[in-house]
Amino acid sequence: MVNLDVLLFTAFPYFALFICIVGSIYRYKFLSFKYSSLSSEFLEQRKLFWGTIPFHIGIVLIFLGHLFIFIFPKETLAFNSVPIRLIIIEVGAFILGLSALVGLIGLFIRRLTNPRISIVTSKMDIFVEVVLLAQIVLGVWIAYDYRWGSSWFASVLSPYLVSLLTFSPEITAVSQLPLVIKLHIIGAFLIVLLIPFSRLVHFIVAPFSYIWRPYQKVVWYRSKNRVRNPEESWGVTRPKNN
Amino acid sequence: MDVRAQISMVFHLDKCIGCHTCSIACKNIWTDRKGAEYMWWNNVETKPGTGYPTKWENQSIYNGGWVKNGNDIGLRGAGKLKGLLNIFHNPNLPVIDDYYEPFTYKYLDLIESPDMDDQPTARPISLITGKPINIKMGPNWDDDMSGTPDYARNDPNMEGLSAAEQEAMFQLEKLAFFYLPRICNHCLNPACVASCPSGAIYKRGEDGVVLINQKVCRAWRMCVTACPYKKSYYNWSTGKSEKCILCYPRIEAGYAPACMHSCVGRIRYLGVLLYDADLINDTASSENEDLINRQLDIILDPFDPKVISAAKANGVADSTITAAQNSPVYKFVKEWGLALPLHPEFRTLPMLFYVPPLLPVMAKLTTVDNTDQSKKMDDRAKYWPDNWLYDTSTEELFSTIEQARMPLKYMANLFSAGDESKIVNVMKKLMAIRMHRRRATVGDISDEKADNMLEQSGYNALTADDIYYLTSLAKFDDRFVIPASHREQAIEMLEFTGDVKGSVGFGFIEKPARGI
Repeated sequence: MVNLDVLLFTAFPYFALFICIVGSIYRYKFLSFKYSSLSSEFLEQRKLFWGTIPFHIGIVLIFLGHLFIFIFPKETLAFNSVPIRLIIIEVGAFILGLSALVGLIGLFIRRLTNPRISIVTSKMDIFVEVVLLAQIVLGVWIAYDYRWGSSWFASVLSPYLVSLLTFSPEITAVSQLPLVIKLHIIGAFLIVLLIPFSRLVHFIVAPFSYIWRPYQKVVWYRSKNRVRNPEESWGVTRPKNN
Repeated sequence: MDVRAQISMVFHLDKCIGCHTCSIACKNIWTDRKGAEYMWWNNVETKPGTGYPTKWENQSIYNGGWVKNGNDIGLRGAGKLKGLLNIFHNPNLPVIDDYYEPFTYKYLDLIESPDMDDQPTARPISLITGKPINIKMGPNWDDDMSGTPDYARNDPNMEGLSAAEQEAMFQLEKLAFFYLPRICNHCLNPACVASCPSGAIYKRGEDGVVLINQKVCRAWRMCVTACPYKKSYYNWSTGKSEKCILCYPRIEAGYAPACMHSCVGRIRYLGVLLYDADLINDTASSENEDLINRQLDIILDPFDPKVISAAKANGVADSTITAAQNSPVYKFVKEWGLALPLHPEFRTLPMLFYVPPLLPVMAKLTTVDNTDQSKKMDDRAKYWPDNWLYDTSTEELFSTIEQARMPLKYMANLFSAGDESKIVNVMKKLMAIRMHRRRATVGDISDEKADNMLEQSGYNALTADDIYYLTSLAKFDDRFVIPASHREQAIEMLEFTGDVKGSVGFGFIEKPARGI
């Protein structure tokens, strides 16, 4: 059992993260045409609204919550020391989890029943949706059955994740966790592993740069400032454009 | 002054016969692919009509283009805030049914059908699902359907016309329509570029062609919303947006774009305009009534020595400046004042200009007494009781313009943001040219009258002959003045060509297949 835990909570996370980073960079550099959110709104708009909005709001905020507690465990514990705050956080997270669950079920039904959408559905899409669905079900279950997750995540899982990132994996605490939580952890790394192989890549290229770029974009084939003087011979440094 | 060159176009609507050859040429080259079947980068619409996609001009439905906010402009349905908020679900996105569901027919059923009592049929099937469908719409579904309640009456440009005026347009006897071929306008202030969250869309500095980088597009779909002309299309199969590329591979090789090259009526002109890029935002933010004038002001005189030196300082090639001096577009738009932009009120500063049609035949109904004429007729000849004449002689100079069957207000809604005086101005010019030519060919117009009309329209006989030449007789090289793209220099400026000596010259290009 100990060996299995080492495999699942040490080897598998490193494998998943490695493949995710290398694979995403490879796909970005060499298969960039396939980097897309593959939106199907153009083929079906109305049902999509009732699926994608609750799903994305739920999943994005839950993800940011996990990220926050991972990065700031002490602050979270301090914040949670007042019971009413803890209850608000837990109830809020539970509702968001349900929202993601309901949204994803809606999206899944739409994908399976709409003939136009099934044309643009790959096997990987179905697999990703099944994994996500399982992960969200597990998450909601944990939130319901193993309460005060925001606190025990901070005290148990944050150190574990930090230990992973500092290359000194410490899994004694994690291996004592209930099976549901263990599955949820494995599911998380499975999703990380799937990123470069599925449409999940779209979340890596979320367009934040749009916020600070100017509206208009003009691209020159040749840099106006770096036009080579043809009368000179080529120097050691080649002119670079863009 | 930041002088840049823009390859722009003029479509002479009086010459368009609505044959859709341009659309087919474009379709065969660029959009005959999975996911692109429904796209018509070039399409021809019947006006009055609802167009493609249905009612695209109605921005209260599609929320495209820019709106004026104080002294600045903002995108109506996209932009930094709305675009990112609506990224999961864009309520302003037109869907496939707003265009049409692409279809083909099961032609093989005709050949492989077993012996039976009835003729076999080729059923229509959807090009999306492959299942049989009932065809509800096509890309030119309202072709020649002007006057019908479903199409002409739903034309968004009917706004501002009185009910009586509208009814008059739809009466069978008075029915008139014209064709409006449309491609991407390659705007100076493109809304699609501004709306793209991933920054995949850009305007080429050298010639102003607006392109979508297929490797950067992430299917956020905002360009489809933002383009008020609905000329950015979402490929549902590859998950990338696509649009007219002005056949840039052809232009770079010195050929006219396929739609223009194939145009049967020779309605299309292509040439370079020089413009001042510093003024783009100010111009697009001007008041509605100033929009056209200021858009024309931003276009610079290519013969002005100051402009030439500023252009050279900015790296505009000498060949491009020469092309700008010979540009048929500059003549139509600036010198002669004949061409107007389509829907300038969308504030994208479109660089495709239209010569509005002087349609139908310039004539008016006059009441005449035909009794004497009838008496002369043989008994067996057809009896002609009418007391009206379709009078094409013009006693008054410009009387038929005000009584045009296509109301001026309608034309103004299309080409001048509702300003009828601009349309009248162009119509007078067009009419003066016609009368000038009629004097030469038919000869029933006195010199005095023809000259008077020319004078009133601001032309002289020499200009009129030039316009006549470029309108009716122009040869290929007169209609398409394409500047050299100087690829040889561009490549040398980019890389040391010695590095690639002996190599094949082409990289490995990824197959444009759908992602997973």
